[in-house]
Amino acid sequence: MMKRAAGRYLLLEVCAWLLGILMMLPIYIMIVNSFKGRREIFTNTFGLPESWSFEFYAKAMEKMNFLTAFKNSLIVTVVSIGLIIILSAMTSWMLVRMNNKLANFILLVFVATMLIPFQSVMIPLMQYMSSWDIPAIGLSMVNTHYGLIFMYIGFGLSMSVFLYHGFIKGVPIALEEAAMIEGCGKWKTFWKIVFPMLVPITMTVGILNLLWIWNDYLLPSLTLSSPALRTIPLSTFFFFGEFTIQWNLAMAGLVVSIIPVIIFYLFAQKYIIKGVMAGAVK
Amino acid sequence: MKRSLSNKWIAAAFIVPSLFIFINVVLIPFGMGLVYSFTDWNGFAFAGSNFVGFSNYAQIFSDSKFMTAFGLTFQYAFFMIVFVNVIGLGLAMLVTSKIKTRNFLRSVYFLPNLIGGLILGFIWKFVFTKFFVQVGDLVGSESIFFDWLDHPTAAFWALVVVGTWQMAGYVMIIYIAAIQSISDEVLEAADIDGAGKWYRFRKIVFPLIMPAFTISLFLTLSGSFKQYDTNISLTGGGPYGSTELITMDIFKTAFNLNQYALAQAKAIVFFLVILVVTVTQVVISKKREVEQ
Repeated sequence: MMKRAAGRYLLLEVCAWLLGILMMLPIYIMIVNSFKGRREIFTNTFGLPESWSFEFYAKAMEKMNFLTAFKNSLIVTVVSIGLIIILSAMTSWMLVRMNNKLANFILLVFVATMLIPFQSVMIPLMQYMSSWDIPAIGLSMVNTHYGLIFMYIGFGLSMSVFLYHGFIKGVPIALEEAAMIEGCGKWKTFWKIVFPMLVPITMTVGILNLLWIWNDYLLPSLTLSSPALRTIPLSTFFFFGEFTIQWNLAMAGLVVSIIPVIIFYLFAQKYIIKGVMAGAVK
Repeated sequence: MKRSLSNKWIAAAFIVPSLFIFINVVLIPFGMGLVYSFTDWNGFAFAGSNFVGFSNYAQIFSDSKFMTAFGLTFQYAFFMIVFVNVIGLGLAMLVTSKIKTRNFLRSVYFLPNLIGGLILGFIWKFVFTKFFVQVGDLVGSESIFFDWLDHPTAAFWALVVVGTWQMAGYVMIIYIAAIQSISDEVLEAADIDGAGKWYRFRKIVFPLIMPAFTISLFLTLSGSFKQYDTNISLTGGGPYGSTELITMDIFKTAFNLNQYALAQAKAIVFFLVILVVTVTQVVISKKREVEQ
């Protein structure tokens, strides 16, 4: 009886591994072909490369201006997520504690608009944002990182407020009241008492926004026109369009653009998976 | 009196910055879009545009390209829902079973999801155009292994394959959370009562993970309707515009053909369709959920 069960799990395990290998096959193909010369790709896309030279990597990184793109992506993603977290946590907490008609209405507006797809607002958004130009002080919402961040915050708030609101409803009010009785102001109470209690949901909000903003292509493609401002998906897009005939170079470029995500995944996968789970249960 | 006034200011300080950004990025453009869709707006200043009533909307329904894209998006969403959820649930069952390497495999299955749709599309473009062709030459089964992106029907399926490859890992996580939340007692009770594996799955596990279905179906549905990145990188709408999904059609109408008002009317129709479809789905799924 025991033996049969063990045998069945072994079979299951083999199937699971086969599936895993199948799913990783495109990644494998991308990696090996980033090392192959033209002739090798033409005759053999599957086997290991004859030599492991990084020449295509050096060239790809240079052509797609990878370090700049990486820096741009990092700035836009980190600042957007930081501000989304701060703003949505503050707003949600106040909405929960106000708990009156106005607060419920504001929450309803945030939540109801979650269903609006980006494509339904993108055309007027671009026109509206470019009308904000004030050349005298150098303000421009289009073709600047801060303009892009501003829009990311706008689109990220709905879901984040929704998640925070759900979480804060379950946070006991007693601790806050005690702090306020002792003369702690709202601002201080929030940052010293409340915010530290929100760590689990903050992780979720951070991870979900990260997966979205880091990989987003459409919004930056509409707002950023200067090559120097391009984020990774954007520079990958232009690079790939230019070098599709040189597959080895193109593959090396793709590997390079994925590496930051993989490194992050190796360190934070526990939080990523937890974040996705918690985000979905809501 | 003074205290409540200052309280109001503080409350405003917590809420107004978010609200300001949100209103300017989402609400105002959405309202503008509604208005624009009834005019002959040319994409630049709104001043000088004329109201044209429903003529943009009327034009949409005689726009055969849009209607094709519309139908294709529905098909895409349908197959995505089926494949993503069947495979996602299957993977979730695998990694919640007692196999030894379940944690490692869970990470592997989830990995494609971390890579954005744009880059995934590029990776698979190579797989379909080079690797598939070579395998076809090698094993001689050219009915499966040919350049999928060169053939309208196959290119559509290529989109479904890549979309599934990306999203299955995500809904897997949702199903894992649901399966793990089923208490062992319930399952043991079923075992003691002599319920078989299949019976146990159908009568106990399945009903208890209904909430996860609601969420996963919703995410797959809205995700596939909004699909743009993989579409542009994998097929680019080709061959011969045969795989243009609705979002690509909206984009092209606006930014390639410069028919901004028409594109915005399409965008509003797109919003309404997503609204109706997802709300209907959630209402139906919710009805089927049971309390544990």
